[in-house]
Amino acid sequence: MTTTTAAVSLPALPPAAGRAGLRGVLASEFTKLRSVRSTYWTLAALIIVSVGIAAIAGFGIASNIHSHPENKPGTDATQASLIAFFELGQLIIAVIGAMSITSEYSTGMIRTSLTVMPRRGTIYLAKLIVLTTVALVVSLVTSFISFFVGQAAMGGSGVSASLFRSVTIPANALMHPPAGGNGPPVVTFQGTETISPGTVLAAVIGTALFVTVVALIAFGLGAIIRHTAGAITSAIGLLFVLSIIIQLLPDTWRWDIMRFFPDAAGRVLSVTVGPSNPHLWSAWPQFLVTAIWAVVLVGVGGYLFRKRDA
Amino acid sequence: MIEVRGLTKRYGDKVAVDDLTFGIEPGKVTGFLGPNGAGKTTTMRCILGLDYPDKGTVVIDGQAFRGFAYPMREVGALLEAKAVHGGRSARNHLLCLAQTNNLPRRRVGEVLELVGLTEVAAKRSKGFSLGMSQRLGIAATLLGDPKMVMFDEPVNGLDPEGILWIRNLMKALAAEGRTVFVSSHLMSEMENTADHLIVIGRGKLIADCTMKEFVARASGASVRVRTPSADQLIRAVTVKGATVGTGDDGSIEVRGLSAEQIGDLAFDEGVRLHELATVRASLEEAFMELTADSVEFHADPPGRPESAMIGTGSDR
Repeated sequence: MTTTTAAVSLPALPPAAGRAGLRGVLASEFTKLRSVRSTYWTLAALIIVSVGIAAIAGFGIASNIHSHPENKPGTDATQASLIAFFELGQLIIAVIGAMSITSEYSTGMIRTSLTVMPRRGTIYLAKLIVLTTVALVVSLVTSFISFFVGQAAMGGSGVSASLFRSVTIPANALMHPPAGGNGPPVVTFQGTETISPGTVLAAVIGTALFVTVVALIAFGLGAIIRHTAGAITSAIGLLFVLSIIIQLLPDTWRWDIMRFFPDAAGRVLSVTVGPSNPHLWSAWPQFLVTAIWAVVLVGVGGYLFRKRDA
Repeated sequence: MIEVRGLTKRYGDKVAVDDLTFGIEPGKVTGFLGPNGAGKTTTMRCILGLDYPDKGTVVIDGQAFRGFAYPMREVGALLEAKAVHGGRSARNHLLCLAQTNNLPRRRVGEVLELVGLTEVAAKRSKGFSLGMSQRLGIAATLLGDPKMVMFDEPVNGLDPEGILWIRNLMKALAAEGRTVFVSSHLMSEMENTADHLIVIGRGKLIADCTMKEFVARASGASVRVRTPSADQLIRAVTVKGATVGTGDDGSIEVRGLSAEQIGDLAFDEGVRLHELATVRASLEEAFMELTADSVEFHADPPGRPESAMIGTGSDR
């Protein structure tokens, strides 16, 4: 182990042509992500929480419909399977997004990273691309698994949605007193509502895109704040706490504010049944709001990443 | 060749580096000396582009560090051994660094072998001792076979074997014609390693000279005399304008006169001398003397909370 002779027994490197650029840094950033355990823990948590709650919600709805068939109208089976993914999953993916940059600051690794590759824009871009790719793939997988598991749990209830065929559910339920005056009320249904596979697919994919963009929002906050706890706290504040606070505002104007916040999209993207929310924009314009938040935060983060002392 | 010109860096109101200009040449070990808080780390951070200077420039072989096609082939730098993600294995840590500069994968194994970490390559660096972390950091600097290496306080916390290893490594790297720039707050560390010295205090340049010149500056500071008639001799030399201190072994220390002058004076006075010797101030003392005015955090009497900064090792 000890070299007392004055020799560096290290073979020389072959000369290199070209220039170190995005390709190598992308490989590096991917190595960074796959070589720490926290990546696997958080991704596993995302999938377990989203899919697990989708299953529980599915069983819950099936049993509810069984005992209260009058609840069939308006039951959004697709949203029920995705709600844990976009409400809780967004918080977990926010941790992944924030930590993909703040962990470099908390460990000091950023100084090493910027010493081997001082072109900071390249590093930032590579981090962004790797995070986006991983978040998108994991979100799509989670969204689809949540959907299928949730619908399987609802099987036989008559409301479960499908990606392969149109599903018709009743639009209204009427309750009549039972003949003779004893026993449970008699339920009859009026009208139908048809949910096309396209609507369901849009909800499943749209929710995955929403969660992916949330990861980018957290990444931008991470680049700005450079502190894991601070970045995660502010991401949760922006995506979760703020909307709770807004709920407390007077009805007359709280909706007008809510549509400008990044989490509003989650609530419209996953909807497949019933009238559209009159207070929010429709799914894709609302998604655009979330995307604009991400673009601004990632942009500010990138500017600061380049300008500040590391 | 690293050229630092007029480098100035402030953190808030505090001037960390103040109009610093020097050059670092290839083929030798250049020691970068200064008390804690003198601005050594800040200077190195500015050289690497981690911090942006408020004024001045740093040029490496004629251009800014960030402009190099393959930065790792130009400069390998180790500022903090613990600036790694502890959850990553040594091999993966080096791999992710090597990939940024398109270095071949086998290079990781080669540098691990060189620093003696092959056996723990798959272990997470969290559990590494400081010595192992230093070796991992040095392995990282050598990945790109760089023309220049920079180490900030590399022997801090190392055992004697590790210190010797790093010294030999630095000498060997310089002998191969590379530029070696190494900082320390301890003169003794430089004595056996550095060919050239850059000394700073409070962000300002104090000395930029060869080790030989530094040694010359340091010698002849005082003369130690032992005599049974100390009082008589003290009177005689004081008249000649010298200052006298007393050593704890009964000797007296004369400053301001040479050994020859004191000997002649004693002869004239009829004073018997038992010892007459020029004290060559140690390099450590010379360094302390040079930087005495520029120590950022003086040791205060106990109870003064300001002194809490001492020994934190933080150099910013």
